[in-house]
Amino acid sequence: MTQRKHRLAMPLLAMSLALAGFAATAALPGVAAAQIEIDIDKGAVKPMPVAIPAFAGAQRGADIAQVISGNLERSGLFQPLNVGGVTDKLADVNVQPRFPDWQATGAQALINGQVTVGADGSLRVDFRLWDTFSQQQLLGLQFTSTAENWRRVAHKISDAVYERLTGEKGYFDTRVAFVAESGPKLARVKRLGIMDQDGANPQYITDGSSIVMTPRFSATSQELTYMALRPTGSSIYLLNLQTNRQETVGRFPGMVFAPRFSPDGKKVAFSVEKGGNSDIYVLDLRTRQSTRITTDPAIDTSPSFSPDGTKIVFNSDRGGQAQLYVMNADGSGVRRISYGGGRYTTPVWSPRGDYIAFTKQTGGQFHIGVMKTDGGDERLLTTSYLDEGPTWAPNGRVLMFFREGSAGNPRLWTVDITGRILRPAAYPGAASDPAWSPLLD
Amino acid sequence: MSFDTKGAARLALIGLAVASLAACSSRPKPTGPVEPTPPAQPQAPQQPYTPPAPVPDPTPQGPLPGTIQDFVVNVGDRVYFDTDEYSVRADAQPVLAGQAQWLNRYQSVRVRIEGNADERGTREYNLALGARRANAVREFLIGQGVAASRIETISFGKERPLDPGTDENAWAKNRNARTAITDGAR
Repeated sequence: MTQRKHRLAMPLLAMSLALAGFAATAALPGVAAAQIEIDIDKGAVKPMPVAIPAFAGAQRGADIAQVISGNLERSGLFQPLNVGGVTDKLADVNVQPRFPDWQATGAQALINGQVTVGADGSLRVDFRLWDTFSQQQLLGLQFTSTAENWRRVAHKISDAVYERLTGEKGYFDTRVAFVAESGPKLARVKRLGIMDQDGANPQYITDGSSIVMTPRFSATSQELTYMALRPTGSSIYLLNLQTNRQETVGRFPGMVFAPRFSPDGKKVAFSVEKGGNSDIYVLDLRTRQSTRITTDPAIDTSPSFSPDGTKIVFNSDRGGQAQLYVMNADGSGVRRISYGGGRYTTPVWSPRGDYIAFTKQTGGQFHIGVMKTDGGDERLLTTSYLDEGPTWAPNGRVLMFFREGSAGNPRLWTVDITGRILRPAAYPGAASDPAWSPLLD
Repeated sequence: MSFDTKGAARLALIGLAVASLAACSSRPKPTGPVEPTPPAQPQAPQQPYTPPAPVPDPTPQGPLPGTIQDFVVNVGDRVYFDTDEYSVRADAQPVLAGQAQWLNRYQSVRVRIEGNADERGTREYNLALGARRANAVREFLIGQGVAASRIETISFGKERPLDPGTDENAWAKNRNARTAITDGAR
């Protein structure tokens, strides 16, 4: 349970800065000034035009470029251009691009690369990121992976580009757990699903015979906790994604729900209901001891740890209606942090520690919002009939949540913390309760 | 009653019309002066209709006493709540008193109270709210003499709506607690 991760089933074998073999570009001007960059906190009023032609090489070159393109485009910070007409074919990453060709497309940045197949079938992917106007190389990296793992290479490249151009960590080499929904509203089937962040490789883990909800990743990305509800009771499961083994957090007299891992993966906080009253418990996964940490007769639920593990934010209606409270991880020092009108639920502490995201209801509408951890600087990012359940991308700058219209079909959406970049996530089906994994490794 | 009467009159008129058409098509025979036929009058029934006296039925029409159907139809298995509230409303009290009475009569019956919430709340909060509603009903039944050991509770939160609508009407239906019989009914 507490054991540290293996690699994913298809590991990236190597990732190295490809500084070697780069002599061909040594003649580039070494001026570092006036480089392109994106101020992510301004929410990209206008996305940066980028050229991402198909990578050279017989295998997967076009696919990799397409995945990178999709990632960057969905971030809202980049606008991949159609560059099919450019005659510079970039057959060799070690040869400098013909910059005037790329400048003519309007692209401020150019991402090119090549794929080489090793004797064992493995892929070596070299890529370069260029500033087309200053004609500088901004990045040069090489990845090696198994042939079937090419999408992860594309995600790693996307992360490297995003980080180089925004100064923030990327979030593309990640997965999303979610609840896949099907059937009419009065007989909705809910299955636990997991997919790549870009909607690829969806897998369905449960069969729909019980109502599943609120999956959450552990810090290792190898474990999920989620809640299953049957007429006979509810259970919180801990599911190891590598071994497919799962166990429950144990038996309690009433309902158990709202599980979430501590940042070190050694504990799970959740709600236990007894005699109608819901309180927050923390289970130590090593000792299997659970401790009740709230005792208020009000509803206390949706606990979420701070990234250093010392605090827990939760929602409670002890003040009359649902508001957000922060306490120490042992339950001491409870203080209310939300004071706006309306009801606040599902608080989630940002992995960066600077914000708490939440669901808020006001005036018959639902919002996803963020506030500082002391309750200051509240910002509502979305408004609709039903927006619920934000989850943070590992860089703490993007949130995924679900939106359900009056027709009832919930969908996954993303919004950045400025609220300017709001868009549907890449999963095409009905889905709710997204949970963003940490960056894979 | 009045509808039947009108219907009968209409039929009578149609009958007369057919008769007079038949009269036109036949060749007129030279006869003496004919008395004009009086215009047809709708004929009112002589007597008001009286339904047949009910015949006693050997098998009763309603559900058998002590069955789940009896409970659902004759007592009522659901009570409703106000928004974000879990106190038993005045209009729910007679229903729950009836449930308690019924459960006290059929002592082998066991029930599960299922708390439900409308969709105007988040999943986790609504699970907690539904649990409170289920528990409020449980406490009420216990207060009316039903043994606590016969009553379990669960919350479905907002996961099991009755009405798929997105207005106050639908939400009001979806804020409920259902007393489901799990065992011991006839």
